[in-house]
Amino acid sequence: MSIPANLKYTKDHEWVRVEGDTAVVGITDFAQGELGDIVYVEVETEGETLDQHEVFGTVEAVKTVSDLFLPVSGEIVEFNTNLEGNPELVNSDPYGEGWIIKIKFSDASELDGLLDADGYKAVIG
Amino acid sequence: MKYVTLNDKHIALGAKMVSFAGFNMPVQYEGVNSEHETVRNGVGVFDVSHMGEFLITGDKALELIQKVVSNDASKLTDGKAQYACMPNETGGIVDDLIIYRFSAEKYLLVVNASNIEKDWNWISKYNEAIGAEMRNLSDDYSLLAIQGPKAAEAMQSLTSVKLDEIPYYSFEVGPFAGVDYVIISATGYTGSGGFEVYCKNSEVEQIWNKVFEAGAPFGIKPIGLAARDTLRLEMGFCLYGNDIDDTTSPLEAGLGWVTKFTKDFVNSDQLQKQKEEGVSRKLVAFELVDRGIPRHDYEITDGNGKVIGKVTSGTMSPSLKLGIGLGYVPTELAALDSEIFIKIRDKELKAKVVKAPFYKK
Repeated sequence: MSIPANLKYTKDHEWVRVEGDTAVVGITDFAQGELGDIVYVEVETEGETLDQHEVFGTVEAVKTVSDLFLPVSGEIVEFNTNLEGNPELVNSDPYGEGWIIKIKFSDASELDGLLDADGYKAVIG
Repeated sequence: MKYVTLNDKHIALGAKMVSFAGFNMPVQYEGVNSEHETVRNGVGVFDVSHMGEFLITGDKALELIQKVVSNDASKLTDGKAQYACMPNETGGIVDDLIIYRFSAEKYLLVVNASNIEKDWNWISKYNEAIGAEMRNLSDDYSLLAIQGPKAAEAMQSLTSVKLDEIPYYSFEVGPFAGVDYVIISATGYTGSGGFEVYCKNSEVEQIWNKVFEAGAPFGIKPIGLAARDTLRLEMGFCLYGNDIDDTTSPLEAGLGWVTKFTKDFVNSDQLQKQKEEGVSRKLVAFELVDRGIPRHDYEITDGNGKVIGKVTSGTMSPSLKLGIGLGYVPTELAALDSEIFIKIRDKELKAKVVKAPFYKK
């Protein structure tokens, strides 16, 4: 299972990649494996500004529905519209083509509170 | 927790195991969508040894079965199987099952794993006055469902029984995979053809291994319960505990075709009255017009916030790439093309009533 060292993580199994003032967010390899085949990614919060930990969307696998929580506060500036037709990208390339949203974050200090790869590894045991 | 004989084999094959009906069962191996596809277009094997088997024998066997099931088992001949349900006394369903006739005095009832004890007690209660011989074989027998359009061709080298000549809902008892007496039944829960093979627990490992050897050139794969559910739902087959239960009438559930008033059975008077008067709600198949996935227990609404029913089963159809489901709605909205709405995360999404099966070859 892949846990890239250059990313930040949350206990809710999201990853965050910082690019300037933007955070790219997806779900981890562990999360996609646990969910199984993903059939629908719904994000209807594009353009909205939400607080850290708020629900910004849902990811649906064949058997389960799982909420997506915002890892850091900010404006959701982009949704990966490739996922509308190809939700399986989250399974096949969770850290690349399967990214879900981009956030223009409002409080950089929240990033420091996220887990690093070792911290996340400890969470999933 | 109970374990099927091949539990360790499933784990070694990489299955994700879950508790289902008190058994540790493989829910998926490689992934539900690819497993689904394997059964639709090739051949796959489910270990469904958790299912229950009751042997009913003696000169009172048919009388007992006729009393507890809704279908007319007197129509069965040797080597034939029949789908039926067991009505309860209050308008609902105790379980759904398959009846196999071996001879005029020997029948096998195959019931849902979650209901083995309930069914045994239920049938035993009626047997007190009838006196058939009953044996619960559930702990001694295994069941492999070998399903898919390539099943007969892939398995033919394992048996002298002509597999492609067994009619649907018929069975043969014969040699299979080196075991002398195996029940080979042309039944299943997928809508893609194939067989269900009943054997003793002590024989199942040998059969499993030979099935995979013979099936290898056909790309045979193990299939988990998750794909079993999407496959059956694409056919509109009921799942006990979801679509039918102790509170749903066979007539509401669309099981009128296995409810025969040509004979007396548990609650037949009330059900006949219900048939004459008509039911107020019906189980329908629906597909989402808007984009979304219906799930068990989601509310069905009229589009203006009024709840009119509940989704009993729902999924994203792997074959149709569309949200599909079953649910109860008022009879006036049960007609084909009726517009209903499914409440998904506070939104009412448009759906329409369609004719099952969803999946057509």
